Amino acid sequence: MLRAAGSRAIIVAGWAKGEAMKDRRSFLKRGAALVSGATLASRANADPLAGEPWERVYGAGFTKYGQPARHEQIGRHFGQPYGELAPGSGAALSPIEMLDGIITPNPVHFIRSHSGTPDIDPKAHRLYIHGLVDRPLRFSVDALLRYPRITRTYFLECSGNSSRALTPKPAQVPAGAMHGNISCAEWTGFPLRALLEEAGVRPQAKWLLAEGADSAHMSRSVPLEKALDDAMIALYQNGERLRPEQGYPVRLLLPGWEGNMSVKWLRRIKLTDGPTHTKDETSKYTDALPDGRALQFTFEMGVKSVITRPSSTMKLAERGFHEISGIAWSGAGRVRRVEVSTDGGQTWAEAALTGAERPRALVRFRYPWEWSGSPALLQSRATDENGNVQPPRRDWVARYAPDTRFHNNSIVSWGVESDGSVKHVYA
Amino acid sequence: MSTRSRIAVAAAVTLVACATPQRTEAPPPRFGEPVAAAELAGFDISIPPSGEGLPLGSGTARQGLKVYEQHCLACHGAQGVGKPADALAGGVGSLATKTPLRTVGSYWPYSTTLFDYVRRAMPLNNPLSLTDDEVYAVSAYVLFLNGVVSEDAVMNAQSLPQVKMPNREGFISDWPPRRN
Repeated sequence: MLRAAGSRAIIVAGWAKGEAMKDRRSFLKRGAALVSGATLASRANADPLAGEPWERVYGAGFTKYGQPARHEQIGRHFGQPYGELAPGSGAALSPIEMLDGIITPNPVHFIRSHSGTPDIDPKAHRLYIHGLVDRPLRFSVDALLRYPRITRTYFLECSGNSSRALTPKPAQVPAGAMHGNISCAEWTGFPLRALLEEAGVRPQAKWLLAEGADSAHMSRSVPLEKALDDAMIALYQNGERLRPEQGYPVRLLLPGWEGNMSVKWLRRIKLTDGPTHTKDETSKYTDALPDGRALQFTFEMGVKSVITRPSSTMKLAERGFHEISGIAWSGAGRVRRVEVSTDGGQTWAEAALTGAERPRALVRFRYPWEWSGSPALLQSRATDENGNVQPPRRDWVARYAPDTRFHNNSIVSWGVESDGSVKHVYA
Repeated sequence: MSTRSRIAVAAAVTLVACATPQRTEAPPPRFGEPVAAAELAGFDISIPPSGEGLPLGSGTARQGLKVYEQHCLACHGAQGVGKPADALAGGVGSLATKTPLRTVGSYWPYSTTLFDYVRRAMPLNNPLSLTDDEVYAVSAYVLFLNGVVSEDAVMNAQSLPQVKMPNREGFISDWPPRRN
């Protein structure tokens, strides 16, 4: 019986391929005879129909809030520079090597926090707007939820993303553990401009200070120009209310700019005539140069891309077809082009893009590759609509001090060895 | 105008109205509540380089040592050498070398940032707990460790913003951005 069924499969496959068949009619007749013979035989023997165990039992009931398949081991990578002393100071990086598409699921959106995640009661939380305004105002969360909303897709990237790719030797860890301080979500809220206009910004105001209600009271200075342009008060992320790690109940969102300027747990906005020079815009998040000086207020995140599949610590099972895929983005606007090289940058080919119409959002790129089995060096290089091009690693490193950690947007290299293993390399 | 032509005009207006996206008549919402200065005072903790907003109170490094030993030393080490948390002192002159040490003394451009940050975020497990006198005193101590002020210099709302940090001129503002 089994043999007959097997023959049928082969015959049908052969027919579909359009192989030469001199007597097609008799061929079909013979096939039909085999099929009916198999059916009759199985009925006669009362053998069970084909089907896996889960097809033979009633399935699970509903859940209130979904979970991934139990076979999928997905989770963030932790970076905790102070260890158990301050487990919520540092980052939980998005597992970009396990994701595809453009949107980062909320449970694995990267987290960067300076003093952990506060447990905020939305009934007690307030947002204040004061300083150089005509009318200092206080907003309850319920009040913020009443403003007419907009929905936009934007990436967020910590400016310390990819600092782990600046160690003296290339770390052999998954792509997300180095480059996963990047995520992309659909944000819903309303323009910050609405609240600023309600408070009445005075002409002397040129900046604002945004401050969180975490125990670090993380604060950053924001130029008024950005606040009145595309800055958002965000309340929802990918359709649901913000999660605690992402700033519940309300966060600021500054598209394309250093992630920590999108202040989470937003409690206060003070209009000022200049920058406040907070700890996180002087001692940190400044870009040290080789001559001892440092760049300050480098807000925009540079044009960048990284191949997520295949990537560091993966192994190609066999030679032949492999899709090279990854993510690209630019804080300046739209990604215009992503090129892929499989020979360490000697030759480049243009990848297909998904999502390139959206400014300051992730773009997914894909490139079909036939792996010969020889060693290969995979790289990607993004160009944005302003003509900014992702720089080679050696050029980027030469530009900064040896201990700098911010705004590393240089080209990432994955070496494929002849056994298929993928290594992180500096090239 | 005859009744018939009035109906025709009305119908035409209706058609135009239907063809045009409906414009809202609602004014922009205003849900903010007025807030009194007294309520804001407790939240208004950011201190710019001018020192505007610094509270009353004062302290010296000699007084700050006690605050430091009680609240800071366990993480920042004796005399601010660091470990497990960031080093607070030393490194002056190291920024252009191959092993830069970035501390309050060697890197931070403004003394006001030190007061601001200690008051808003430290100690890590009990922020907003130090008195303003304690914050002035421990700020004075960290500045003293870096050789920026003397052990008995009184730090207060007037004197703290006057302290010139060694790396005051070490930063280049990238805003507004330089375009290619």
